[in-house]
Amino acid sequence: EDLRVDGRGCEDYRCAEVETDVVSNTSGSARVKLGHTDILVGVKAEMGTPKLEKPDEGYLEFFVDCSANATPEFEGRGGEELGSEIASTLYSVFSSESTVDLKSLCINPREHCWVLYIDVLLLECGGNLFDAISIAVKAALFNTRIPKVRVLEDEEGSKEIELSDDPYDCIRLNVDSVPCIVTLSKIGYRHVVDATLQEEACCLASLLISVTNKGTLTSIKKVGKGSLDPESIFEMMETGKRVGKSLHIALQKILDEEESLGTSRQKVGFLG
Amino acid sequence: MAAISMRLPVVRKPVGPSGPRGGEKHLVAPGDTITTDTGYMRGHGTYVEDEKLIASVAGAVERVNKLVCVRALKTRYNGEVGDIVVGRITEVQQKRWKVETNSRLDSILLLSSMNLPGGELRRRSAEDELAMRDYLQEGDLISAEVQSIFSDGAVSLHTRSLKYGKLGQGVLVQVSPSLVKRQKTHFHDLPCGASVILGNNGFIWIYPTPEQKDEEAGGFTTNLEPVPLSDREVISRLRNCIVALVTQKMMLFDTSILYCYEASLPHQIKDILKPEVMEEIVLETQQRLLDLEG
Repeated sequence: EDLRVDGRGCEDYRCAEVETDVVSNTSGSARVKLGHTDILVGVKAEMGTPKLEKPDEGYLEFFVDCSANATPEFEGRGGEELGSEIASTLYSVFSSESTVDLKSLCINPREHCWVLYIDVLLLECGGNLFDAISIAVKAALFNTRIPKVRVLEDEEGSKEIELSDDPYDCIRLNVDSVPCIVTLSKIGYRHVVDATLQEEACCLASLLISVTNKGTLTSIKKVGKGSLDPESIFEMMETGKRVGKSLHIALQKILDEEESLGTSRQKVGFLG
Repeated sequence: MAAISMRLPVVRKPVGPSGPRGGEKHLVAPGDTITTDTGYMRGHGTYVEDEKLIASVAGAVERVNKLVCVRALKTRYNGEVGDIVVGRITEVQQKRWKVETNSRLDSILLLSSMNLPGGELRRRSAEDELAMRDYLQEGDLISAEVQSIFSDGAVSLHTRSLKYGKLGQGVLVQVSPSLVKRQKTHFHDLPCGASVILGNNGFIWIYPTPEQKDEEAGGFTTNLEPVPLSDREVISRLRNCIVALVTQKMMLFDTSILYCYEASLPHQIKDILKPEVMEEIVLETQQRLLDLEG
């Protein structure tokens, strides 16, 4: 019997609204509304020095801010714990080599590289935060435009970096392998995808898996104080892979549709 | 198969009631001047500045002789004697329960206002006090009537009738109290197969219609048998219809919920929450209600 309180099946998502390029002073941004959950993600590309162990790659930095508007529990410093948990989950999701092509972010090995600062802002908490955040991060990375730079060598050997004058001359990231998180919450004997706040209150344990568009998993995390049977973990992983693939297809379709509207698109933004 | 629908955002305006019906209402926003006439006494929701009467909440102005007050549109529940409320037990105290009813202060249900099982009438003894937790625990949902209001605004409830008491299996929908229309009765048995309790505090309880009326139980025994799928579908559809009406700011009463249910039958239950389907069924409901009036 595949019926939840709001009529959805166990594997159905709520209606999602995705919009990119909502914040003008970032390199890329996206806003995702999944039911009552509202997430805003901004990506800023800045120049920095590569890490010592990976001298020819750029890197990503995540920061999650739980706004006090989201729910009364986030008042003051209440949201910091949840914010750091979400940030560490995002780090582990993107830790795999194949997710983002970090070598394309390198300008000068060992000296200069692009650092992408990804800031997540929780505007409203309506259940299923991780999924919405991962969708927003993928949409924001799709929207990110990093300016092209040229490296000029002086006679003495010192390098100068020149930014191109044309504001539309930029490189885009390939987000095909960026994973999305699918949260599977165990309620009773079944598991559901995209739990609302009431369903999350009833669930004792949930499994967060991050799936790429080909169905490969990059990370797995179990949250909640209940326990999960190993058999049910396998079932949940299979469901998660299936749902993850359809999620990627739907998201890519909407991003391409938005892209095709071009500059004539009317931005709804926050005052719609 | 998973159904995932993503879309681009579109500017939408609520299709609910717009335009004056039966008399203009003087709507004000915080900071709007109501009147510059100093002859009025100021009531709730107003303040005086520079000899002007200014509204402090967003709502409709009400004028009774010389008293001007502003009744807010979206507010916490303000209890009135005789209202039906649905509440959740938050605390079990010495001789009373504290009930959360979406108001400014927790409501109180005194032990002496509660019906004992079997319908006995006697003084509550110390054993009754110790057995309080057997009747109602923290987290239980009850339906009750407002008996009186304390001076600080807290509401005192009573369940002195067999139709009130602990609620069993069903679905709770929380809406704004100002959207629930005041009617003669708030317990409705809808012909579609479910029953609904429209609490004046904005808590709406939808449950499957019980086959026979248990008169002896007095509302304490909860039926934990699994609810059949057909009943659950009706209840989910009603819940989505109520959410649709609330999103479009329509008043909730039994006729509007029933018309909305009938308008939603061609759609699948999960589709009712899509914005365009919501607008369509609420428009149809509004049309039928206008035809009913006029």
